[in-house]
Amino acid sequence: MGKLLAIVLVAIAVLSAYPIVTHMFVLPEDISTHGYAIDSQIHDTMLEAGLSFVGAQIVLAAFVWSFTNRKEGSPLRSFPGGAKVAVMAAFVLVGTEVLALGVMGQKAWAEVYFTAPKPNAIQIQAQAEQFAYYFRYAGPDTKFGAIHPDKIDEGNQNYFGLDPANEVEARDDIVSGELVVPVNREVQLLMHAKDVGHSFYIRELRIQQDFVPGLDLSLHFTATKIGKYEIVCTQLCGLGHYNMKAYMNVMSEEDYEKWLTEQAGQ
Amino acid sequence: MGRKQFVVAGLAMLVLAATSKAGPPAGGTVSGKVTYEGTPAKMKPIDMSKEPSCAKMYPTPPVAETVVAGSGNSLGNVVVYISAGAPDEAAPSTAAVFNQKGCRYIPHVLVFQVNQELKIQNEDQTSHNIHPLPKINREWNKSQPPGTPPISEKYDKAEIFPVKCNVHPWMHGNFAVLKNSHFAITGDSGAFTLPNLPPGKYTVTAWHESYGDQSQEVTISGREAKTVNFVFKAKPY
Amino acid sequence: MQEGSVQEAHVHAPPEGFVRKYIFSLDHKVIGKQYFALALVAVFTGMILSWLMRIHMVWPNAKIPLLEMFSKNGAPGGVVTPEYYLSLLTMHGTLMVFFVLTNAPFAAFGNYFLPIQIGAEDMAFPRFNMMSFWTTFAAWVVLMLTFFIPDGPPIAGWTEYAPLSAVGRDAGPGMQWGASLWGISIAIFCIASLLGALNFIATTLDLRARGMTLMRMPLCTWAWFITSCIALLAFAVLFPACILLILDRHAGTSFFIPSGLVISDRLQPHSGGSPLLWQHLFWFFGHPEVYIAILPSMGIVSHILINSMRKPLLSAKVVIYSMMSIGFLSYMVWGHHMFVSGMNPMSSLAFSFPTLTITIPATVLTLIWLGSLYGSNLQINSASLFALGFISMFVAGGVSGFFLAQPSIDIYLHATYFVVGHFHLVMGVASLFGVFAGTYFWFPKMTGRMMSESLGKLHFWITFVGAYGIFMPFHYLGLIGNVRRYQSFVDDFMTPYIGWHKFVTIAALITGVGQFIFLFNLIYSRFKGKVAPENPWSATSLEWTVPSPPPWNNFGGRHPIVYHDPYQYGVKGSKGDFVMQNSPEQAVPASGD
Repeated sequence: MGKLLAIVLVAIAVLSAYPIVTHMFVLPEDISTHGYAIDSQIHDTMLEAGLSFVGAQIVLAAFVWSFTNRKEGSPLRSFPGGAKVAVMAAFVLVGTEVLALGVMGQKAWAEVYFTAPKPNAIQIQAQAEQFAYYFRYAGPDTKFGAIHPDKIDEGNQNYFGLDPANEVEARDDIVSGELVVPVNREVQLLMHAKDVGHSFYIRELRIQQDFVPGLDLSLHFTATKIGKYEIVCTQLCGLGHYNMKAYMNVMSEEDYEKWLTEQAGQ
Repeated sequence: MGRKQFVVAGLAMLVLAATSKAGPPAGGTVSGKVTYEGTPAKMKPIDMSKEPSCAKMYPTPPVAETVVAGSGNSLGNVVVYISAGAPDEAAPSTAAVFNQKGCRYIPHVLVFQVNQELKIQNEDQTSHNIHPLPKINREWNKSQPPGTPPISEKYDKAEIFPVKCNVHPWMHGNFAVLKNSHFAITGDSGAFTLPNLPPGKYTVTAWHESYGDQSQEVTISGREAKTVNFVFKAKPY
Repeated sequence: MQEGSVQEAHVHAPPEGFVRKYIFSLDHKVIGKQYFALALVAVFTGMILSWLMRIHMVWPNAKIPLLEMFSKNGAPGGVVTPEYYLSLLTMHGTLMVFFVLTNAPFAAFGNYFLPIQIGAEDMAFPRFNMMSFWTTFAAWVVLMLTFFIPDGPPIAGWTEYAPLSAVGRDAGPGMQWGASLWGISIAIFCIASLLGALNFIATTLDLRARGMTLMRMPLCTWAWFITSCIALLAFAVLFPACILLILDRHAGTSFFIPSGLVISDRLQPHSGGSPLLWQHLFWFFGHPEVYIAILPSMGIVSHILINSMRKPLLSAKVVIYSMMSIGFLSYMVWGHHMFVSGMNPMSSLAFSFPTLTITIPATVLTLIWLGSLYGSNLQINSASLFALGFISMFVAGGVSGFFLAQPSIDIYLHATYFVVGHFHLVMGVASLFGVFAGTYFWFPKMTGRMMSESLGKLHFWITFVGAYGIFMPFHYLGLIGNVRRYQSFVDDFMTPYIGWHKFVTIAALITGVGQFIFLFNLIYSRFKGKVAPENPWSATSLEWTVPSPPPWNNFGGRHPIVYHDPYQYGVKGSKGDFVMQNSPEQAVPASGD
């Protein structure tokens, strides 16, 4: 049975590696400016993790094959170098490799979190709520009206709790269920949660960030390809979590201006 | 009339009296029109982009039904009912049906009676979550996946309160649970009629979800038709 | 350590009467079996919950028979509602992490074997021990109650993030009494675990037999000891966190709830709290908890592997130090669950480095296990198959950690099925393999009967292949961005991948059936298994020097003396290729080392 285990181990290692090696599952296309760094990290880590996984299963299989069902009286042997080799291998090989990945990975992290948005980035406010996202554009006056939680009236589509009756800045604010952005322009998303914790995840944009009630967080990104992409919630927020999504609509610059004008008219 | 016929007629009248419903069948009518003054807020089209299975059912996006304004400043979706002066009535055996279709509530305002069966149906391909928000009745919150049987509920106290779908934030409606059968809901024309009112002094109340409620007293004697009109002050936002 | 007098101080009288012998027993062996039984009920419940989840996920309109009888609100017409799916998910996680993975490898086997392995008559505090179990049982009862209340179990996941978990019923169905009962249950569980941990530590430090220095303790005893030290601090933080949660829910406090939240059209009356505070408190417990789940299995597997290989590990000392480093580092990494949570991005980098560093002792352990196999005389039986399977699973689950430890990659993989695959393989499967190995190995000692080897091997093959079939695809699905905790996939993006989910569901059902073979084996062998000798595995540690099953005071009133470490295998001794730990025989190495 030891030999059978060895064979099954190798089979599992090969079968597990197969979908990766043959690119059966490819990352969704990257439409961001910072994603290349993340993708390259994933690629490098996959190489290391993959080799470690397959290597360990094969070594386990080889030893199980060789050292089960041994002939009566076969001598016991000790791995050359003993525990010292194991410790050194762990520190040197795995330790430095893995820490190197960590150091290299900082660049991708910094591009997302340690660089400020450009001054001409378009500011769009995003509100996450049970179970939809709403996005607010400041409108022609480039000012956002204040948010009053006690004035929220969803039946009347006042999702942000704006007070246009009394506040001029709120009157031209554009509220949309879709995140409409122009291509190749930096967008700064100002995020807040209306009720509980949510998260913002666009796979193709390689961004993910939680909405934390009580905190005003922000994300910035530049979409580089026109199209419609899913925004999904990745923080369990209640029964509708599975259906909490919106679409990011990346348009050409002129289509974007046309859309803004249309919305302002409504 | 002979004595035997007299007894039969008397018995017949007794039977008739015993089996007839509370209140004589024919009576007065209160009717009128509900209008608004001022400029109502413009109803915005509903953004259903997060639910493509519903969004695709509309060639142009529908508008919200909070304020249904008709020609001549008429106001729809106003519940007009007798709030005082009429006795409580037992609930009818038919159910009041509330439908979820195209990610909207149909009707937007559902009027029914205390202890009447409320039947909620989901005709959409997506799961809805009905969450009525009463203050004095029992609050509940139920999911209704597509293809599951209708939900059956009832309310034992009179109250008017909102209903929302947790999953689709734009879905809002109202339940008006009333104590008797004297109610009407205005359409685009703003007109309403409350027939079959026995003689008495009544309070007629008109309720609108944004503009509040108003009441007027009216007295009916015999088979007369009285007119009661309501004018609500519209809000521009 | 003056063992003799200290041991005498902890003697208790032999148990009398049915209740004292089998129910409110002070005997660590009975308590260990009670924990095992509770874990068994919890694991089968958790497994059935996972079946319901997986069936609903791939066939969302399926009408599951009998389910409507169990919960009319949760499954009208037998169709699982979105909130009931989340209830199943929450209960699956809570039962598995607390009542299975903390109970079985640690409380069950640790309670049973730690005192015997160090030569003691019982635990240091037998009464605390009894209270520990019954408190755990009470926690389980409170948790299971949530299935039977009208609103159902909570829906916020076993992690119960605030403010979803803290605001009360407005947050959704199940978040009224369901969530409160969850908080109460886990708070009770914390108390039980703290009592247990105290007991293990005091026993290990004070009640070792003559000659049993710390370095001569078996590796599983070391694992239980280190786990207890971790548990003492971890549960001490979870307990107040649960109390604060209950206060937010019922006493109007705002530890975790900021102002201005509008939920279900109602402005919540709280202000000043921080949802991140819950996450920090929870994960400060939660990360060490996963090491509480795996360390005992590492010890058990080491112990069994040595016996099966007929040869000690390359270095027991290195294994002990590695386990200690893992325990120590486990306290520095909790923020890796919170990389994109909104905490300071600098903190994310700070947490990333210890997370990557923990790979080092984990790799040392793996290389020592692998390296020790070389040149051994490996015996294959159900126990050793699961021990070898543990190594395979631990590596499989561990390497996906390389990805998740890097914040930049976590931006993409957080909350996807990649994470689900990672923690199930390394925590769920690997840890359980340690429990299975321990069961097959120690069942003869605990019951006096052998389990069926053929059924054991069948159980191994179904579980080993099945577990890979279930959890390996999760990594691929995570790579394409499959989000977790969704009751079903209603969007076009996921349509091409539903087939993989169906494959996983079928694998899960088949693997689950295999577990009933294990259950049958347990029950059948308990009554009809072949009578077991005192030392069926030719093993060396102290538990194999006492009868099967041991008497109430383990050593029959004797005080054992040990003369060397517990792993004298591959030596020439009077019993063959091994020398028992309590044997004064001088071991002669059988091979040049």
